[in-house]
Amino acid sequence: MELVNIFVKSIFVENMIFAYFLGMCSYLAVSKKVKTALGLGMAVIFVLGFTVPINYILENYLLKEGALKWLSPEFASVDLSFLSFLMFIAVVAAFVQLVEMAVEKFSPSLYASLGIFLPLIAVNCSILGGALFMQQRDYPTLAHATVFGLGSGVGWMFAIVFIAAIREKIRYSHIPAPLRGLGIAFILTGLMGIAFMSFMGIKL
Amino acid sequence: MSTETTTAKVAKKEKEALFSAKRMKLITDPLNDNNPVTVQVLGICSALAITVQVKPSLFMFGGVLFVVTLGNVIVSLIRNLIPSRVRIIAQLVIVAALVIIVDLLLKAYAYDMSKQLSVFVGLIITNCIVMGRLEAFAMGNKWWPSLLDGVGNALGYGILLVLVASVREIFGSGTWLGFQVIPQAVYDMGYVNNGLMILPPMALIVVGLIIWIQRAKNTKLIEAN
Repeated sequence: MELVNIFVKSIFVENMIFAYFLGMCSYLAVSKKVKTALGLGMAVIFVLGFTVPINYILENYLLKEGALKWLSPEFASVDLSFLSFLMFIAVVAAFVQLVEMAVEKFSPSLYASLGIFLPLIAVNCSILGGALFMQQRDYPTLAHATVFGLGSGVGWMFAIVFIAAIREKIRYSHIPAPLRGLGIAFILTGLMGIAFMSFMGIKL
Repeated sequence: MSTETTTAKVAKKEKEALFSAKRMKLITDPLNDNNPVTVQVLGICSALAITVQVKPSLFMFGGVLFVVTLGNVIVSLIRNLIPSRVRIIAQLVIVAALVIIVDLLLKAYAYDMSKQLSVFVGLIITNCIVMGRLEAFAMGNKWWPSLLDGVGNALGYGILLVLVASVREIFGSGTWLGFQVIPQAVYDMGYVNNGLMILPPMALIVVGLIIWIQRAKNTKLIEAN
């Protein structure tokens, strides 16, 4: 039940885009067509779903104060958490590279639809943000962290698909010239964010 | 582009002074014509999340200034040693190391601010401005222009950050940098702070409006539909 709660919360209430603005760069750049937006969204779910648990394991068995206790009791006071940024980003970059190679080798069709987005994802703030939120919120088990990662990814995909759908429609509307493109995308996202705020306080 | 004609008379024939016109353009261009946030669409993630008040955005600006400038210099110094296949990881490691320095400095000297910025300090690593400038500029230029480019882009980012934060803080809480701006008398007449401004979505709308104003003044930035 708690897991379902985290899942729903990370999709709607603590949405990566609307509440924290993470991954905005690719969100604005790749949201002109629904199809490509869907591809990028899938890739983000996939990468978040794996990197958050991996980073959770790293955090709890390597970086946190006392995390090295399993190695030997004398390491109980070692605190490596200042290295966490470096470790997290290394994991993300390495994982993205690995996935890209694996997908290219085993499923060329998936690579054709998803592959071009993978390099983009290494520097997508929402991936590193997921890892950092996981660290900050201190989830009790690996399952919690995994569900949080997946939920955040789904929320991010929803956001980018919605905005892409709207942007496809507004191509034919009369927008004041200086607002065209980027400006209106910002304002639309803001309005969607306000709409998403109505989910606040949902608890399952 | 168009500024070239105006700055041409300033540029002298001497051997590329440290602050020649061409190089000054590296600093001034990102302030308006090529603003990292409103034109290049980089670094928006953090630009929005921490702009409820002016103070955290100043700290964020400081952090980004430090990381972009030093990152640009370091990468441009070792750019010929980095194999192009692993350059992204190499750049990320350099940036991450710099961000760790910023994070530890904040924790040591401005603990409250470090708590308030929370994950967004770490997210400077994936701030697209940093990676974007490293990739687009520092990988192909000498260290001094890279330094200027870093300073310019950080300034462009900082200006926008402070602008958004000012709007949100003045209308949202009636203060600026913590000082009361809207006098008490106005409140007595029934004025109420706009609580909407404090909510995250308003940051997006404020940036959208700033883009509107900027492009209305600077018409060459208008996008074709």
